[in-house]
Amino acid sequence: MQTFDLSKDGLRALNSSLHALKGQTNMTAWEVINPKGAHAIAAGVDAPVEITVRGSTGYYCAGMNKQASIFIKGSAGPGVAENMMSGKVVIDGDASQYAGATGRGGLLVIKGNASSRCGISMKGIEIVVHGNIGHMSCFMAQSGSVVVLGDAGEALGDSLYEARLFVRGKVKSLGADCIEKEMRPEHYALVEDLLRRGEADHKAKPEQFRRYGSARKLYNFNIDNAAAY
Amino acid sequence: MSDFPHTPPKMSWTFSNDVNAEIRRAAATGIYDIRGGGSKRRLPHFDDLLFLGASISRYPLEGYREKCATDVWLGTRFAKNPIHLDIPITIAGMSFGALSGPAKEALGRGASAAGTSTTTGDGGMTEEERGHSKSLVYQYLPSRYGMNPDDLRRADAIEVVVGQGAKPGGGGMLLGQKISDRVANMRNLPKGIDQRSACRHPDWTGPDDLEIKILEIREITNWEKPIYIKIGGARPYYDTALAVKAGADVVVLDGMQGGTAATQDVFIENVGMPILACIPLAVKALQDLGMHRKVQLIVSGGIRTGADVAKAMALGADAVAIGTAALIALGDNDPALEAEYNKLGTTAGAYDDWHEGRDPAGITTQNPELSARFDPVLGGRRLKNYLKVMTLEAQTIARACGKNHLHNLEPEDLCALTIEGAAMAGVPLAGTNWIPGRNGGF
Repeated sequence: MQTFDLSKDGLRALNSSLHALKGQTNMTAWEVINPKGAHAIAAGVDAPVEITVRGSTGYYCAGMNKQASIFIKGSAGPGVAENMMSGKVVIDGDASQYAGATGRGGLLVIKGNASSRCGISMKGIEIVVHGNIGHMSCFMAQSGSVVVLGDAGEALGDSLYEARLFVRGKVKSLGADCIEKEMRPEHYALVEDLLRRGEADHKAKPEQFRRYGSARKLYNFNIDNAAAY
Repeated sequence: MSDFPHTPPKMSWTFSNDVNAEIRRAAATGIYDIRGGGSKRRLPHFDDLLFLGASISRYPLEGYREKCATDVWLGTRFAKNPIHLDIPITIAGMSFGALSGPAKEALGRGASAAGTSTTTGDGGMTEEERGHSKSLVYQYLPSRYGMNPDDLRRADAIEVVVGQGAKPGGGGMLLGQKISDRVANMRNLPKGIDQRSACRHPDWTGPDDLEIKILEIREITNWEKPIYIKIGGARPYYDTALAVKAGADVVVLDGMQGGTAATQDVFIENVGMPILACIPLAVKALQDLGMHRKVQLIVSGGIRTGADVAKAMALGADAVAIGTAALIALGDNDPALEAEYNKLGTTAGAYDDWHEGRDPAGITTQNPELSARFDPVLGGRRLKNYLKVMTLEAQTIARACGKNHLHNLEPEDLCALTIEGAAMAGVPLAGTNWIPGRNGGF
């Protein structure tokens, strides 16, 4: 285990060390102590390593992550795992706004609640939230899946493209062009898989979820839809 | 029949033929007009300025004997690897999707041969442009189409796009006709649907967030790359100051003449300010912060000639960017294609339905047959020639003003032909010492 004291050695040294891990490395386990809400912790990592951050993080922790598994033993600030490419990010606490924004791959697990705009403009990432998600979540979400064990705030999935949204609790309101859709066998299987990988299979069952997706009415401009724009 | 003369038919200035035609078009279709390009209005512009040239009190430089340097460094504030360009005329961001692959390749070829940079656009980085661009600026846009850390790291600079001159406050649009398999794949969208790009970034709001976003990008790229911030000509004094505060190495300022691949005509023509009005305010912001020449300023929007380049630089810009002019150099709107433009219901010089993907020049299209018409090698050569001519023109003017570097041009070298131009540029009306708004009356 490589232990890095962020308060002592600084962000640049941490990220330089992590970026130097190319391909095969024997230094596969890292621990970051004293994060104290610093921004951009472990941003841009591209190696199959495990990084445990012992405390809460600021903006953009694990931004653009590739391959790494990053565990935040606290809460995460805005934009955690933004534009993640692959790998895994697991947050023990809550996540602020924009969690998983524009993510293109990998798995983001939030064991607490996620604030507004969770999964905004997502492009393939998978997100599992054990708690609730805030308003405008999955705005313009293009692809990927989101599983929410709690409730969703206002305007879920506004201007949605092809992302698949599964919510167990209440949805305060749906955004433009987002509708409830039938849960088919492949969706139950997908939710079951995500609950298992998102460490939530002991908390919920697939049949408790409802599915939301795009009505695809805004895919090509039509003046008759002007009120929806 | 009366013998008295009739009042001749009188057309309304307010309800002109153009206006009436647009009312009829809107009534028939129910859709606002979407088009490419920038403002077509007659606007106060560089044409409203003149250089004074040398005189008894100013020595000119010999046109063909004495050196007038043109190079520029961009990104010297924080980046480990600032960009050095031979000429201060860069190629503005234009997306693969809006433009064909061969057109992007030609931009890279021409820019590299002329010693300058080119820029990606809303759609990610293509191999065509990376492979043929010595210096490539990678745009970081609200849509984040194609965004990934590998391309960030193989870029030479990163441009965070907050706005553009054609539509400050607006997002992008690429209509379904141009969403081919390749474009769809790069943007993670189904083929054939209208692609909407958000007007705001998804994971930051305001200058404080932007500062942290830039920190993240710098961390991911090892603080090597210059970070540009591109703004539309809305509130250039404050936006420039906030971009500096957020940590920009370079501010890119785009006036309302700057083109777009597609947006609403009403937006293009009614939102934002002409570049002439923007430059002095941005320069003032940099000067007030003690950052002029430390944070470089690139301006764009209606740059066409070496005279425009020289005027922009005399007002305080470090470099300029061209988009529409580069497309024309490649062959867009060429009268040689008049018959084909006629078939599209338009004429050479007026063709602006770039979003429809039917460009007979093969530039603003994803149609394989049309794209194949365009020769990227020839296009690159034409762009190189054009950039060289513009540079020579700017040097000619600078030498006549006694300047041994384009950066030494200054507002004192200029006068204005119109009151509007004088007020916006902050230079005296020709034949007077009057700068409207600065120093009282005549």
